[in-house]
Amino acid sequence: MDLEKFWLFYEPDSILRRINIKKQPDKRGYFGQYGGRFVPETLMSALRELEVIYLSVKKDRLFQKEFKALQATYIGRPTPLYFAKRFTDHLGGAKIYLKREDLAHTGAHKINNALGQALLAKKMGKTRLIAETGAGQHGVATATSAALVGLKCEIYMGTEDMHRQALNVFRMRLLGANVVEVPIGSKTLKDAINEALRDWTTNVRTTHYVLGTVFGPHPFPVMVRDFQSVIGKEARRQILKAEGRLPDYLIACVGGGSNAIGLFHEFMDSDIKMIGVEAGGRGIGTGEHAARFIGGSIGVFQGCRSYLLQDNDGNIVGTHSVSAGLDYASVGPEHSFLRDMGRIQYTYATDNEALAAFELLSRMEGISPALESAHAIAEAMKLAPGLPCDKTIIINLSGRGDKDVQQVARIKGIEV
Amino acid sequence: MSRIKETFSRLKAGGKKAFIPYIMAGDPDLEKTGEYVRVLSECGADIIELGVPFSDPLADGPTIQMAAERALKAGITLPRVIPFVKKLRQHAEMPIVLMTYYNPILKYGEERFVQDAVNAGVDGVIIPDLPPEEAGNLIRSTRIAKIDTIFLTAPTSTEERIRRVVSASRGFVYYVSITGTTGSKLALGETFKDHLGTVKLLTDKPVAVGFGVSTPEDARAIAQIADGIIVGSAIVKKFHEDPTTAREFIQKIRDAI
Repeated sequence: MDLEKFWLFYEPDSILRRINIKKQPDKRGYFGQYGGRFVPETLMSALRELEVIYLSVKKDRLFQKEFKALQATYIGRPTPLYFAKRFTDHLGGAKIYLKREDLAHTGAHKINNALGQALLAKKMGKTRLIAETGAGQHGVATATSAALVGLKCEIYMGTEDMHRQALNVFRMRLLGANVVEVPIGSKTLKDAINEALRDWTTNVRTTHYVLGTVFGPHPFPVMVRDFQSVIGKEARRQILKAEGRLPDYLIACVGGGSNAIGLFHEFMDSDIKMIGVEAGGRGIGTGEHAARFIGGSIGVFQGCRSYLLQDNDGNIVGTHSVSAGLDYASVGPEHSFLRDMGRIQYTYATDNEALAAFELLSRMEGISPALESAHAIAEAMKLAPGLPCDKTIIINLSGRGDKDVQQVARIKGIEV
Repeated sequence: MSRIKETFSRLKAGGKKAFIPYIMAGDPDLEKTGEYVRVLSECGADIIELGVPFSDPLADGPTIQMAAERALKAGITLPRVIPFVKKLRQHAEMPIVLMTYYNPILKYGEERFVQDAVNAGVDGVIIPDLPPEEAGNLIRSTRIAKIDTIFLTAPTSTEERIRRVVSASRGFVYYVSITGTTGSKLALGETFKDHLGTVKLLTDKPVAVGFGVSTPEDARAIAQIADGIIVGSAIVKKFHEDPTTAREFIQKIRDAI
């Protein structure tokens, strides 16, 4: 079935939708049946403390004022909403707008959350930040925020990701962070999260764990969503100004899912179609992918209940994606919930499709997207040509592709 | 009365403390694990804690992570550990407790797990990534099946949390001695005594101390105040690196308690 027909036949349970979507998560951190707080006892009090502080700063005018000022003068918000005219003309269908998170300080949306949490940590009296990183963008954002706020910083990163993202490793070190190599397990993001959680368990009294996506134990999924929802708030204003109406489609890539939730959240109560794009890797049939909704099932992993790539015995299986930021075995619990509710449709793009999108956007618009964001571009390349030209699409261009240039050259067999 | 409760009562009556060694099922294979259980039993283990390998053991330090990796390589997962316990039961009388992460149980099916575990002769479960507030289903089905659920309390637990943990625990309460992962360095200072004292004040159930207990001296010191001592990483390491001296090492710990 092609996509247009899919939407035609697709009627989400609107009653459930009205009751639930806006009210999530509940007090225990559940989005429907997903989420929760599955961590060792040592961390339970710290999570509660974080939740209390977080709820209090939400209403704290002084904190919000300081944060807003930094968003404007340090991160460079609002980021532009750019009409990609040549890309639109080339595809010959719906109008395509890019939300330029790649222009945020440090080159990706990750700073929205990292800076927010760094300020929180400072308020809690913590002296040290730790974080996991896959693509390196969240690590760079955390290292940057630590430097700004004046906290010590340690970043956990899998060996394989350090290899794929050597440039970002050096950047983090330049920013004064200590990058800790994680050579165990699959040597990617999930192993870095395990190590970060172990560090946090050990140093919980002095350390705040800056989790980088809408994942993990409550309150991380909701807190990170709130820090990222600035993306959608701006995009709504900007598209109203540019088009005089709301868009028809929103597209974002989904690793843990923070850039997607960040864009989508503000539009939740509209009828706009939302598409999350997972990493199809070498193809679903090969088993080498990170498409949790197509290849996974429900489980509990790294602090919450969500969709998960696991084997029959409940062990986590290896994943693959050309983009380190999407190469993860599970997905934010709110995404699982919104998928069950039929509010967001999930699809995937393969490594090759993402690489083609990376190149096409570079040539058409002079914008090289991060390989993560290139998955969202790839979906637009499939969708836009089949839509009439009075429809509009906003793609979250969540990060810039500079960090991936070496990797793309390597794949193409070119020595840089 | 559960076999675990009975064990603690019997020890208490004799003025003794429980020795609870941990080993990883399937490290390096189940046959060896069977042999190790015999060694532990001959050395005077009161309760055996059997680890179930999991791909992402986030509460464990390097020693047990590597043991899990070896066991997974040998193809050992929860569905094979349960029949293994049944086989052990043919010879072993002492209580056997499974220590596993939550996802393997969830995948197996909570109710099916409890049924099969009780049929195999499992006496209790410890699930380090399952706090009591997320354990509603499991608690319900284990209560019916008479399997003990052992929850953990930590140095960072508030009094409110300790109350919750001890009331959800059956058999004994697991006191995590340090903020850290299994096999971390132990610190037996005044703070440790205070925290453990608080836990003991808030419950009549036996309290066993684990995480970081690695020498006979540690074990002796803890035995002064706790009802049981759990030794994991140190024993796992011994069996892996130098199995010939493992018996002697384990005996020394037993004698120190």
